[in-house]
Amino acid sequence: MTTSTVTPRTPEKASTPAAAPDPARIARRRRLAQWGFVAPAVVFMLLFFGYPLVRNVVMSFQHYTPKTFFTGEAPFSGTDNWSNVFQDALFGKALWHTLVFTAGSLLGQFCIGMALAVFFSRRFPLNGVLRSLILLPWLVPMVVSGIVWRRILDQDTGVLNSFLDTIGVGGHTPWLTSPEMALLSVILVNVWIGIPFNMVILYGGLQEIPKELHEAAALDGASAWRTFRSVTLPVLKPVITVVLVLGFMSTVKILDLILALTDGGPADATQTLGTLTYQNSFVQLDFGAGAVVGNVLILISAVFAVFYLRANRTEGK
Amino acid sequence: MATHTPTASRRRWGSTVAGVLVLAVMLFPLYWMLNTALQPESGLLQVDPLPGSLDLSGFSKAISDQGGNLLTSLAVSLGAVAICLLVSAPAAYGLARFGLRGSRTIVFGTLITQMVPGIVIANALYNSYVDLGLVNSYFGLMLADASLGIPFSIVLMRSFMVSIPGEVIEAAQIDGAGPVRTFVRVVLPMSRNSLITSGLFAFLFSWSDFMFALTLNTTDDVKPITLGIYQYIGAHVGDWGSVMAASVLSAVPAAILLVLAQRYIAAGITGGSVK
Repeated sequence: MTTSTVTPRTPEKASTPAAAPDPARIARRRRLAQWGFVAPAVVFMLLFFGYPLVRNVVMSFQHYTPKTFFTGEAPFSGTDNWSNVFQDALFGKALWHTLVFTAGSLLGQFCIGMALAVFFSRRFPLNGVLRSLILLPWLVPMVVSGIVWRRILDQDTGVLNSFLDTIGVGGHTPWLTSPEMALLSVILVNVWIGIPFNMVILYGGLQEIPKELHEAAALDGASAWRTFRSVTLPVLKPVITVVLVLGFMSTVKILDLILALTDGGPADATQTLGTLTYQNSFVQLDFGAGAVVGNVLILISAVFAVFYLRANRTEGK
Repeated sequence: MATHTPTASRRRWGSTVAGVLVLAVMLFPLYWMLNTALQPESGLLQVDPLPGSLDLSGFSKAISDQGGNLLTSLAVSLGAVAICLLVSAPAAYGLARFGLRGSRTIVFGTLITQMVPGIVIANALYNSYVDLGLVNSYFGLMLADASLGIPFSIVLMRSFMVSIPGEVIEAAQIDGAGPVRTFVRVVLPMSRNSLITSGLFAFLFSWSDFMFALTLNTTDDVKPITLGIYQYIGAHVGDWGSVMAASVLSAVPAAILLVLAQRYIAAGITGGSVK
């Protein structure tokens, strides 16, 4: 019975010109138009992120010399680049410096950032103003911050040493000029750079924690430290993971700051995987060796990308 | 009871004092930058804690040496912002609204790009740029700098566009608007805030870029301020006053943006990093 009511209408609809084209073709055309919105971004990201990843792997098996850019010749050389890089003592040093730099920076940034986030969670006059002013260092490009710090840390005329001299504790520390001190100094500067970011995100996380939780803990007679350890930290865990993973990814590939502060010196004491890639490729024009170090850097980042995605998932967004 | 309030208030002001001290330590390098810039005659000597007089000769030297580089930075950054928004706004809309097969994979890929180290990109890009003749070109640097902002912008705008009510878009379609018209006339105006935030961050990323400027330029043709200052310390070791004046100038555009668009920046920080 239902078919009899529908059948007379169908020829009527088909006869109107609007319904004439094949609906499947309309749908396909609409899909195509929709892909037109997304395609430029996909192509862009493939060119600027996907392609370099692939190209770096290929380059790491090619022999580049300064002449390559005139002749265009970069013959394949098997695993020569890899064995050369791995046999070079500098690679091991750079890898170690990268790990120390990353671990030290994250530890310092996170602990101080967390302390400040907790501190600013209290209510006191001018809290909001002070909290926004602490972000001011972001206005300065990182390489410029590095240069400012280079002046501050200067052994003979830097203000830090003259301050230490005034209060009578060792005014001649060779912050950036001694191989023993340089890595530590670079870490300290990077901690300074990272504190605002850690503080802002952790502060945001702290504000999301329901007040009742803390009140309940206080009623149970928990001390402030105990409350922080047993209530705040576990609730804050997803935010902490995100902060640490994002911090890791921006720290492990550091280049700007180290070039501005020490150029990788003195005596390669602050050479990291990032600066070593730069040195190999853009100073010695051995792009094959640079690609090898770059690939190691990618591999390390990839391991942490897995953590990042996990963190994103637990975040539930 | 009466004694309670003064102690509590004193303790709160105590926190303010502590906060000011923390801030003083954190902002000291910025102060020192300004202070050194105002003492251009100090050269390689120690810098006084306070500028004795208002000596602006460091600034005038910095402007004559680095003014052109500032303009280069401005041009490159504006170009990068334009490219970034042109590419990422439609994509954000498409990924938020069309339910295309593969959308999730693309969003996932966008997040993944954040882990690719810049120097690795530069390594491969330089070689392609040599082949394409894009080394030492404004357009080449704009493209590379745009890549710094695109993933962030897509993620940020997409999360905003997802929340536009479906009825609004359907109403436009019923009125006969095609997808492009709907996007331009309805979606973009409604997404104004996220568009501004994305553009702002794309500008800041590009403005503070040093690595692409360093690696994709071999001559002095295209020299942004970050590269200019870096080379300045190599050439003017004894002239810290001008170097610091140039550093102060390099922070000015960002400072202006911060004042003009405070609330967008706060939105970007929380929206971009946690989501």
